[in-house]
Amino acid sequence: MMTAPFPALGLILLLPALGVAFNIFLGPRLGRRAVNFAGPAAIFIAFGVGCWAFATLLAMPPGSALTVTLWPWIEAGSFHVDFALRMDALSAVMTLVVSGVGALIHVYSAGYMAHDEDYARYFAYMNLFTLSMLILVLADNLLLMFVGWEGVGLCSYLLIAFWYTNPEFAYNGRKAFVVNRIGDAGFILGILTLVYVLGAHGAWTLAFTDMRAHRDILAEVWAPFGVPVATVAGLLLFLGATGKSAQIPLYVWLPDAMVGPTPVSALIHAATMVTAGVYMVVRLNFLFILSPTAMELIATVAGVTSFFAATIAIVQPDIKRVLAYSTISQIGYMFLGAGVGAFASGIFHVMTHAFFKALLFLCAGSVIHALDGEQDMNRMGGLWRKLPITYATMLIATLAISAIPGFSGYFSKDLILESAFNSGHFKLWLLGVITADLTSFYMFRLIFMTFHGSSRVDPHRAEHLHESPPVMTIPLFILAVLSIVGGWVNLPKGLLWGDAFVRFLAPVTGTYHPMIEVSGAAISLIALASTLLGILFAWLLYIRQPELPGRISDALAALYRTLLHKYYIDELYNLVVSRPLFWIAGPVLARRVDKGGIDGVVDGSALTVENSGEAVRRVETGNVQHYVLVYLFGVIAIAAYYVYLVIR
Amino acid sequence: MLTWVPIGVTIGFAALVVAIMVTINRLVAPRHRSPVKDLPFECGNPPSGSAWGRFSVHFYLVAILFLVFDVEVILLIPWAAEIRRLAGFGLGEALIFIAVLVVGLVYAWQRGALDWD
Amino acid sequence: MTAFNLAAIDIAWLPICPLIIVGVSAMAVLLAGVRVRDDESQGLGVLTLALIALAFVFALGLLGQSGIAFAGAIAADNFAVFFELVILISAALVVLMSIDYLPAFGLSAAEYYALLLFSTFGMMLMATGGDLIVIFIGFEVMSISVYVLAGFLRRSLKSNEAALKYFVMGAFSTAFLLYGIALVYGATGTIKLGPIRAALSNPMAGNPLLLSGIGLMLVGFGFKVAAVPFHMWTPDAYEGAPTPVTAFMAVGVKLGAFAGFIRIFMVHLGPVSPDWSIVLWVIAAFTMTVGNLVALVQVNIKRMLAYSAIAHAGYILVGMTAAGSQAGGAILYYLLGYAFTNLGAFAAVIALERRGVESDLITNYRGLAVRHPGLAAAMALFLLSLTGVPPLAGFLGKFYIFSAALNAGLVWLVVIAVINSVISAYYYIAVIVAMYMREGEAVVGALGRRPAVITALAVAAIGTVLIGIYPEPYITGALHAFNSAFGAALPRTASILP
Repeated sequence: MMTAPFPALGLILLLPALGVAFNIFLGPRLGRRAVNFAGPAAIFIAFGVGCWAFATLLAMPPGSALTVTLWPWIEAGSFHVDFALRMDALSAVMTLVVSGVGALIHVYSAGYMAHDEDYARYFAYMNLFTLSMLILVLADNLLLMFVGWEGVGLCSYLLIAFWYTNPEFAYNGRKAFVVNRIGDAGFILGILTLVYVLGAHGAWTLAFTDMRAHRDILAEVWAPFGVPVATVAGLLLFLGATGKSAQIPLYVWLPDAMVGPTPVSALIHAATMVTAGVYMVVRLNFLFILSPTAMELIATVAGVTSFFAATIAIVQPDIKRVLAYSTISQIGYMFLGAGVGAFASGIFHVMTHAFFKALLFLCAGSVIHALDGEQDMNRMGGLWRKLPITYATMLIATLAISAIPGFSGYFSKDLILESAFNSGHFKLWLLGVITADLTSFYMFRLIFMTFHGSSRVDPHRAEHLHESPPVMTIPLFILAVLSIVGGWVNLPKGLLWGDAFVRFLAPVTGTYHPMIEVSGAAISLIALASTLLGILFAWLLYIRQPELPGRISDALAALYRTLLHKYYIDELYNLVVSRPLFWIAGPVLARRVDKGGIDGVVDGSALTVENSGEAVRRVETGNVQHYVLVYLFGVIAIAAYYVYLVIR
Repeated sequence: MLTWVPIGVTIGFAALVVAIMVTINRLVAPRHRSPVKDLPFECGNPPSGSAWGRFSVHFYLVAILFLVFDVEVILLIPWAAEIRRLAGFGLGEALIFIAVLVVGLVYAWQRGALDWD
Repeated sequence: MTAFNLAAIDIAWLPICPLIIVGVSAMAVLLAGVRVRDDESQGLGVLTLALIALAFVFALGLLGQSGIAFAGAIAADNFAVFFELVILISAALVVLMSIDYLPAFGLSAAEYYALLLFSTFGMMLMATGGDLIVIFIGFEVMSISVYVLAGFLRRSLKSNEAALKYFVMGAFSTAFLLYGIALVYGATGTIKLGPIRAALSNPMAGNPLLLSGIGLMLVGFGFKVAAVPFHMWTPDAYEGAPTPVTAFMAVGVKLGAFAGFIRIFMVHLGPVSPDWSIVLWVIAAFTMTVGNLVALVQVNIKRMLAYSAIAHAGYILVGMTAAGSQAGGAILYYLLGYAFTNLGAFAAVIALERRGVESDLITNYRGLAVRHPGLAAAMALFLLSLTGVPPLAGFLGKFYIFSAALNAGLVWLVVIAVINSVISAYYYIAVIVAMYMREGEAVVGALGRRPAVITALAVAAIGTVLIGIYPEPYITGALHAFNSAFGAALPRTASILP
């Protein structure tokens, strides 16, 4: 282990920060061209600095890290946290993915937002989003990571509700924020747990390396709960991860996040935000590994989420909604990898997923752009002639996500499923294989419905159908190449430079030791067969006999409706959580206790007082007396307590 | 527990006094109601005019100003009684005190509180 | 007759210099402003500002001293100076908010600024007082001035209502405080805080006189910091009072009251903390919960901020329940951040007021971001800090307090507090939503001609961000200030220059 100071790490944060400032303050004045240049350039240069740092890191022995302490941040007694960055193998990978994919999405945005008036605000938010995510991955301690964590939460809110004039969009932004806050509460409690326990042992720190060094404290059983500290902290932190990374039970915000501009979806789904939870779990792998309970829970939640989201995806008519549920499902895979102990495989899938999911969203954006905002796949079809580049690149991404051998997704998904199997989680493995089948089904359903068959496009729109401009298609090309070769960094063990990526991460993520020896090839073949089956079904239903899906949904109407309405989970949450809360606040506390109980004798609002002089007297008598009554109640309660103290 | 007895006695005594006074009043006081007795009391004269009659707000100001001197006297008398022991220090304190009151008076004067019209 | 022993009083003028300056300033402003016309009172505001700055400089010079003066009536320590500095900053920001407000609403400036300074004096006295009587005098000077200020909009029925309710309830609770002081005196035989602490070192637990005194003082202070169930006056008083006064009530009065509350309870009644910490636990839990839940449904922003202030008092009470120096430092830091944040929020409310018209409904904020992006951004910043979003001051304040409470083993109280701060996000963000995502005609009086309000907004915003991003010197200072309050409990440790 070796660390070297590398002050240029600060630049990786500074550049996007400058981009934000530029776009907010100068953007509207300097005009669209300046913003279109500065927005992507800030991220591109940051990416360049990231590459430089990465090259430096590669030249050092394995397990090295680059660090920089920008300034001391919090000092409270013995507790000490620095505003410090640290780039080790794990954060290096994440930095490159975030800034690289982020930069491509920025370029694409310049074309996509070409007709939007609010381009400066848009790029400011996008820069800020990338900045927050970079803070999150480069942080050398949990508290600074939390800053980035909250930052991406805020930015997602701002960007989802970017077209805030539409009340539904604004509502969805708020939903994303509130749901994330619930997860954040868990995250905060997790941090506090760690501070509390570590502090009690004199280890006043939240820096990852120091926490790792104090693993023994975390492994101890915590008396009040009767379980190891790591379990308490791990479960709380994982609650935070389910919020950010859209897992059961807090996934509900992600599908509704589709209302933002499509490049935003690409950024949320591929480069930033949803991978934050996975990254956090992998970053704290030394903590999670101490708690078999937490690991088991993560793996189970992940496997179930993955399957659950895939079933919803197979019936959705909205092109972006299919992709959204596919993201939830794919992140399930990542958590599955982490949950069974193969942390590196989770990060590997984060990376390949970033490439092909960004590509899928950008392609979907290209389709939507061409169709002037149409998102319903029932009104598409036969587009491949009109949008050849989009079609070709999207097909590559689809092959990648379906894990066709040779494409990037194959390598990462295969590694995860293999780990799930040879760690003994057969049920979860089986669920993963079935999900692979569903994945290829809904993805090819998307391809077939969108690009093949007869055109169902609105004649008005069909007239000016056009392929997107180069500024949008070039990022598609680059991402398409990455979607193919991105997985080659980690070929199966024994093949050429096999396992290189996992070995590179090993000093941070630890080495994964399978419990059962099995033939990787056999496992792989089963998954592949399942995938091909999915493609076959999609072909049968949407190319061969296009009238069949309708008949099936009629025959299984109840099931179909349940899936279409996403198992009614939103409605359920609304009923169980939101309504009671509003009821307590509104009718009970506000109207009954505050209004009814206190202002009840007279309508004491000062407005009526202004209107009628008669009311003045009544307000003075009625109201204050009631105030005093409540006051005296408090006095009596305190007095009663003290009398009890003495008599006892 | 025993230490609570004085507090209990105090509260009980206070309640008792009130009860006794009210009871005596009820027992002793003659009650002959007549229309004349129900009239508002005005120093033995037949009431004239409305009880809500207005009078000049200047009275109020004068009363407030009177308070300034009232407080002054209340606090200066104890000082005067101990003037020798308090010596120069006491004199200084008294002067500061008077100066603060003078500020109040000057303010009121300047604001026109002393003008009757 | 024994000679009066002047030497025993150890008269030391230096520690009370800032107090004297503020007190004399109040009288000077009162006299200087007598002939100033109501619509030309900006100069008087600037004079007030300069005098506050003078007091601030003197207070800064006092940092680092410790000890008692005037035979224990004055505690000259960093605790006092810390509060004096924050109170003076708050007063200065309130003056900045008032400079253009007074002429716009036709209020007489001389009395206004004088009362403001008198109440500042009271607050500082509460922070500096070393015995119960001095603290009580500070309490009263502060309170009576603020009662009058609350009713300063003489023609507004709301304002009259605010003043009257505040006064009636305040007088009521003053009696509790005074009776509590008397009983503590009865139990310990002294009103000086240091000797009280010394007296408590002997086992006095369960002494009914002491317990009654503590209980009654809790009620009195609970009223001033607007803790449930003594909070009922807050929304009415905050809503009706002129907005700069509301800001002063929400920040200055809280600072003064908490200064006395903390010094008496956390420092000098520390030895008997089991006697009051459970009561505070319950009060803190109720205060946070009621404040936040009722704030959810408010439509008037001043009322909403009133309930929010109640909730924040609850968070501070969590820290007081935790006791100990870590919690004390955390509370002082919290109050510093709270002062900037809350004053900033009120400054934004004032910026939205036009000549004589208050626009204090949350619906009035619709579309503000389009018309005045800067103002909307500042308001959003303050609301986010109140929510507790990093890296703003509000986040770290909560973080310090909650972690101190966890260290003290108050797990459930912290759980309640965290749930509450999640709930609070809803109503703070609602205003941001109104500003940024709703169509509307938020109208702002010509801001360009009101440089003072802009300055207040800018100072508050810089403070909110700076304290949050670079908290190190402030939290260290707060911790040191809190610890220094224990020094005054001992006999003089360092000499104070006469």
